[in-house]
Amino acid sequence: MDEIDVTPANVAPVIEGVDEQPETAREVVFEIRDGAVRYGSNLAVADVNFDVGAREITAIIGPSGCGKSTFLRCLNRMNDFIPGAKVEGRITYHGENLYDPKVDAAEVRRRVGMVFQKPNPFPKSIFDNVAYGPRINRFKGDLHDLVEQALTRAALWDEVKDKLKKSAYALSGGQQQRLCIARTLAVQPDVVLMDEPCSALDPIATSRIEDLMVELKRDFTIVIVTHNMQQAARVSDMTAFFTTDVGEDASRVGRLVEFDRTHTIFTSPSDQRTEGYITGRFG
Amino acid sequence: MAIHSELLPASPEHLGDSRPPGRGVDRAFRLLAFAGGILVLVILALIAYSTISKAWPAFRDEGIDYFTSDVWDPAHAAFGTLAFSFGTLVISVIALVISVPVSIGIALFITEVSPRWLRRPVVTLIDLLAAVPSVVYGLWGLLVLVPALPGFYQDWHDLFADVPVLGSVFDGNPIAGKAFMTAGLILAVMITPIITAVTRETFATVPQAQKDAALAMGATRWEMIRAAVFPHSRSGMTAAILIGLGRAMGETIAVALVIGSSPQITEKLFSSGDALPSVIVNQFGESTGTYQAALIGMGVVLFFLTLMIGVIARTVLARSERKLGAA
Repeated sequence: MDEIDVTPANVAPVIEGVDEQPETAREVVFEIRDGAVRYGSNLAVADVNFDVGAREITAIIGPSGCGKSTFLRCLNRMNDFIPGAKVEGRITYHGENLYDPKVDAAEVRRRVGMVFQKPNPFPKSIFDNVAYGPRINRFKGDLHDLVEQALTRAALWDEVKDKLKKSAYALSGGQQQRLCIARTLAVQPDVVLMDEPCSALDPIATSRIEDLMVELKRDFTIVIVTHNMQQAARVSDMTAFFTTDVGEDASRVGRLVEFDRTHTIFTSPSDQRTEGYITGRFG
Repeated sequence: MAIHSELLPASPEHLGDSRPPGRGVDRAFRLLAFAGGILVLVILALIAYSTISKAWPAFRDEGIDYFTSDVWDPAHAAFGTLAFSFGTLVISVIALVISVPVSIGIALFITEVSPRWLRRPVVTLIDLLAAVPSVVYGLWGLLVLVPALPGFYQDWHDLFADVPVLGSVFDGNPIAGKAFMTAGLILAVMITPIITAVTRETFATVPQAQKDAALAMGATRWEMIRAAVFPHSRSGMTAAILIGLGRAMGETIAVALVIGSSPQITEKLFSSGDALPSVIVNQFGESTGTYQAALIGMGVVLFFLTLMIGVIARTVLARSERKLGAA
């Protein structure tokens, strides 16, 4: 399952740029080996093995409750805040163990940003929302420039440039989500994790965010959890399919079933469960 | 009724015929809630009316001097209450300055820092403190705090003696430790539990999404608190402070025991003074006629002071929230 074929085939026809990837070195950002999450003594997610490649979009799909989001939060150590949650196995970030005691979790989150399910701007102005990250990181430089850059990258600048002092709550849901993306980008991360970023948005706003993701892929590594299989098929390069195993004692454990190029997952999956899910037979 | 509506199709013609069964209860509830709301206003108005009418002789005889003069001399029928209002405000401000940061700290500890197992005991303890009768605090202040403080005041005074403003603020000669500062300290201890309890409730309602947003950007806990917890809790914190202030301003016994009962207007916090409620409780028994009216009038003054501060605080808050346009 770990062996990933990176021949520059036409991986996902919708996406441009995939075939520009060099044939040899696939730069790996996250290496996940036997990844597992426990809440107290309950195993929530187990047997996760895959690599996240640099400047790729990796989609995590699967039925509700299969631990997609829980797992995503391992990648920037957001699970640290959940009492009793424990991450097992080995997750490395550019070769470094993410859970090494010497690693500063706040520093990890500076490099691995996150966009959430529901837009969650702060009750501050648009400008202050974007400037928040740079400010807490004691950014020395032209803050205005950085904010403009981040908003431009998030494809929001033209819509908000005349009302930067206005409250973030004055924006529409889709704009708020792009603001949250801009806020994340302003910290100049390496990876952006997205936890169902479009689930609260209408189709038009969703398609804008999808376009944006493809645009961002040039500079950032993106891992997205999505409920929407079409979305995974449209934007991602690689897809990880998770499912829920119900044990005899009714315990539910999320497991990785298959990880492969998105095109392969959606056209010729090697596991029956994946096929069942993508063809809509369950989930 | 059930059979009736089963037989009749839901068509517009029959709308007038049937009443949902819960309707009577709903009306009764509305009436009750409405009556409750009105009752609050009626009681408030009656209190205002009866105190003002009882205090009227003093207001009439003294005129504006009643509020603006600091000469309180019942023997010569001079009833100026400014020194008492001053004392009340000073000790309340001292209490808030000490108590608010401490209370917010405790509330943050409980909601954001404390391990789960410690949370319950701390909350219970704080709630217990809120239930301790004020006379107990007063006696503790009188028997423990008052004897211990003069030396402390002296050291403190020496420390700041050469600093321009603080030098005269931390000054005065307390009668055996009874002073504005002592009353303020006692009040701070008394209002901390209630301010803590209300701010804790407010902090607990901050959406996790807001906290996550800050944390996911590499914020430390304190940075997250400043970005997510405080902005979200402004109105709750204001309410908590106002409740604490109300308690501080109205506190009678504890203050009466430790403030020194010698009305004066001074910037020296270590000198003794007096406050509106404590002068009422100390002198009411021996008062008659205009003297008594003047004491009741202080209740009116206290009533309006509290009301005014509440209105001002709410207005300031509403203005800052509107600026943010926060929903």
